Amino acid sequence: MSNLYQGATGDWEVVIGLEIHAQVISESKLFSGAATKFGSEPNTQVSFVCSAQPGMLPVINDECVRQAVRTGLAMGCQINLRSVFDRKNYFYADLPQGYQISQFKDPIVGEGVLTVDLEDGSTKDIGVERLHLEQDAGKSMHDQHPNMTYVDLNRSGVALMEIVSKPDMRNAEEAGAYFKKIRSLVRYAGTCDGNMDQGSMRADVNVSVRRPGEGLGIRTETKNVNSIRYMMQVIESETRRQVDVLEDGGTINQETRLFEVATGTTRTMRSKEEAHDYRYFPDPDLLPLEFSQEFVDELAKDMPELADAKKARFIKDLHINAYNAGVLVAEKESADYFEELLAATVDKSGKPVSELGTLVSNWVSGDLFGALKKLGLGISESPVSIAHAAELLSLQIDGTISGRIAKEVFENMLESGKSPEAIVEEKGLRQVSDTGEIEAMIDEILAANADKVEEYRGGKDKLYGFFVGQVMKNTGGKANPQVVNQLLRPKLDG
Amino acid sequence: MSVDKETVAKIANLARIEVSEDELESTVGELNNILDWVEQLSEVDTDGVAAMTSVVAADLPRREDKVTDGGYREAVLKNAPVAEHGFFAVPKVIE
Amino acid sequence: MTDLTKMTLSAARDGLQGGDFTSAEITEAHLSAIADASDLNAFIEVTSDQAMDMAAKADAMIKDGSAKAMTGIPIAIKDLYCTKGVHSQSASHILDGFKPEYESTVTSNLWADGAVMLGKTNQDEFAMGSSNENSYYGPVKNPWRADGETKDYVPGGSSGGSAAAVAANISIAATGTDTGGSIRQPASFAGLVGLKPTYGRCSRWGMIAFASSLDQAGPLTRSVRDAAIMMESMAGYDPKDSTSTNVPVPNYEAALSGDIRGLKVGIPKEYRVDGMPGEIEKLWSQGIDWLKSAGAQIVDISLPHTKYALPTYYIVAPAECSSNLARYDGVKYGLRVTGDNLSLDDMYKKTRAAGFGDEVKRRILIGTYVLSAGYYDAYYLKAQRVRTLIAGDFKAAYEKCDVILTPTAPSAAFALGDKVSDPLAMYLNDVFTVPASLAGLPGISIPAGLSAEGLPLGLQLLGQAFGESELLNVASVLESAAGFTQKPAKWWGENS
Repeated sequence: MSNLYQGATGDWEVVIGLEIHAQVISESKLFSGAATKFGSEPNTQVSFVCSAQPGMLPVINDECVRQAVRTGLAMGCQINLRSVFDRKNYFYADLPQGYQISQFKDPIVGEGVLTVDLEDGSTKDIGVERLHLEQDAGKSMHDQHPNMTYVDLNRSGVALMEIVSKPDMRNAEEAGAYFKKIRSLVRYAGTCDGNMDQGSMRADVNVSVRRPGEGLGIRTETKNVNSIRYMMQVIESETRRQVDVLEDGGTINQETRLFEVATGTTRTMRSKEEAHDYRYFPDPDLLPLEFSQEFVDELAKDMPELADAKKARFIKDLHINAYNAGVLVAEKESADYFEELLAATVDKSGKPVSELGTLVSNWVSGDLFGALKKLGLGISESPVSIAHAAELLSLQIDGTISGRIAKEVFENMLESGKSPEAIVEEKGLRQVSDTGEIEAMIDEILAANADKVEEYRGGKDKLYGFFVGQVMKNTGGKANPQVVNQLLRPKLDG
Repeated sequence: MSVDKETVAKIANLARIEVSEDELESTVGELNNILDWVEQLSEVDTDGVAAMTSVVAADLPRREDKVTDGGYREAVLKNAPVAEHGFFAVPKVIE
Repeated sequence: MTDLTKMTLSAARDGLQGGDFTSAEITEAHLSAIADASDLNAFIEVTSDQAMDMAAKADAMIKDGSAKAMTGIPIAIKDLYCTKGVHSQSASHILDGFKPEYESTVTSNLWADGAVMLGKTNQDEFAMGSSNENSYYGPVKNPWRADGETKDYVPGGSSGGSAAAVAANISIAATGTDTGGSIRQPASFAGLVGLKPTYGRCSRWGMIAFASSLDQAGPLTRSVRDAAIMMESMAGYDPKDSTSTNVPVPNYEAALSGDIRGLKVGIPKEYRVDGMPGEIEKLWSQGIDWLKSAGAQIVDISLPHTKYALPTYYIVAPAECSSNLARYDGVKYGLRVTGDNLSLDDMYKKTRAAGFGDEVKRRILIGTYVLSAGYYDAYYLKAQRVRTLIAGDFKAAYEKCDVILTPTAPSAAFALGDKVSDPLAMYLNDVFTVPASLAGLPGISIPAGLSAEGLPLGLQLLGQAFGESELLNVASVLESAAGFTQKPAKWWGENS
């Protein structure tokens, strides 16, 4: 993707920064013991603390602190042993305290750099400015009543990690790759489920444009973008809009915008919260958050294996090619599926793991992913269980069926849900490896095609494939190709 | 530093307190009296002095991640001026 | 028979546990006294039925031998404590109708020990004030009047209703809260003992916040012993308050040995402020002599940043209050101003304009200003730095002394309305109480004498963090030496 946008008057450079809000996986809220479960009845997961009743006080959830540190470790960022919670003051219907407890000057996690892979095979380093812990707001519903807005505080006080990038991205692809990278990291680290439909991850997208080589332009912030596709649309439409405005001699307003799914463009928020002045100051209800390096080391020791490490291990220990390894680790679920299937296949086939890596990885990233894509399903919704898949691969490994028949059986499994062994039995797909049977068949075919045998022997090597095809045709594809080769070649060569 | 009517109007808006034009005038005077008086702090040399974050010398206590609260919607909504269908209700907001 | 409304808490305890009278009897006596004292406007809400129920339970505790020191003692609770199902509105219009569904930790502790709630006392709105003239429910009148005067005097603030109730014998003791002097100054104005413990000693959970880094609960009582007994019940670590401190609560009453030989009492020269009335200075000297006679050693100390304490306080406290009071927005509880086509923002603005009184608004605006962009460093940050210096002054002073003796307030109670139009003059009332508040240190006011006009004057003792036992012990020595036994002449109600 090009780093420059062609305007009517010349090239523009786009500067993109992302503030990603990732909901922390925890049972209870950041400062209250109310539950965090998604989709409950309105205001049923609300305590007196999260509804800001008079005299209520916050007490921090230890697990949320640990999750933030884990995420910081996963991103390779600086972990700050002392951080401070501040109040961000503003009025809104779904902000019951009249302030959000956040971290302003001293966040729990500091700087780091993430390397993202781009489609052309290159990589790019994107800086992380910080990660801080903060409370989520409640939810306002504007469409339930003609002249009322309804407020549900179930989300109020749920822990969020805000991950702020440096303005290091130059096009939508880079921003998308960065977002995906963070999503993968938090999912591997088990700190955020990355579920964008439920709002567990969303981004504020900052976009500005400038002439190459010039200082930063004025940026706009598009709030709460909850899919990678939308994020890319925001960047593209904001770039276009800003360039148009500037080329027409206008100026960009530093403002908050909203993304409209229907048009794929952004618009100014109508309820302009004029002149933001959040009056941050340290929350006097809380002390500074301090922990030791040992606490961090302990968490680091127990960190799960992350995508990059897993990919390297797949390549080194399992001899999987880099492309497949990359595909498999892109989502934690697919990596998990692959590893479980590999283990099950080792069990089932009795072959050593080093011999199975390539076969299993090819099957998962090729056959399975292809099928799921066609069905529009995710790996977690796969209609083929690990056990059935291991059985299928083992049938292929032990020669019961050929690779071609395996594909046929797999099709059948997707439709019927039956076990591969049952399908092979039912349809009589067992591979024919009986040399006597195959030899007789070869003799028959050679006799019936004496002219072609002559041609072959006269130097038309390509006809070899024709004879193999005839054998397969006569056996309904079940002849063991290796056996066929063993017998056919000497007979033809005479 | 002192405030003028415009500044007072701005902070009254930030604080979401309606101040009438009449009140604005007197408020400017009152606030300036107080601000002039606190101005004496500028005499104090605070170079290199850390700002007070807490008068108690203790660690921030952290609670276990357990659901121990909530689940009492009726009590939460009981004092609300307007609550409907389990929600707090406010004048309609247009985004 | 003993007049059931004129006892100290400790005498009531002894009488209750000795079977001289029942909690039901003294509770009833106090409820009638309250009814008779409506002129004082000390109570906002009287919880008669609840009181009698609690008294019955207390009597059962006494009977079955499970009584504690507070069992059966009828007390008054400042309105800003959240008491379940009962008026808890910090004397503000904006909390109209609010009855919490929960009970504050401090009051829970008192009820667990068997204390009896008479009702909720009047106060300055959200505890902002030094005269109790900033209440939505009208001013409280001090039971004390200057000799020969018929005009009304303020009881001090912000715990003015609690002070008036105890002074007028309509409650044996009362809870107050102290942010910059709101227990100690009214105690001084009403001839009572008022203790503000170390920040973190009492839980703030369920106390309607004014300034979170300063607010502390404490008792207003008729004697030092009473304060010791009540403090022990109120105090304690609370995991629901991140700023409460996990230090065991000692038996404060047992610490009242009366022996202060060798104790070093610091006298800070900076508290000799310009224009301090001669009689206050005299009382202070008297206090020094009393402690010296009891064997204490007097040490001159310096708290160099004292003069900056008040301006520091009037930046920090409003800043915190501007944020703490943002939750009063007409959405979740209390007042909401409605109107046709009112936008959400207009609803906020009208509700908050109608719901907050002038002083509260003033402080919210000051607080909003000092935190706003461009001013934060010059005001808020500066003040928090000066606050560090003020705390450092005390730290240095306590290298040289064990406790500090000062006057509690720069004057006796003043007449109602005298200072109401001059906020700055009002703020100066807290000149001696605010420094220790900023440092989070404990302080106690002990009635030590009468002014020339016949109004009570208090002396203040300041202690070290969690040094309440020592503080109370020294206070008891001062109390004995002062022998303050005067009571206000009853001018309210029947038989006045």
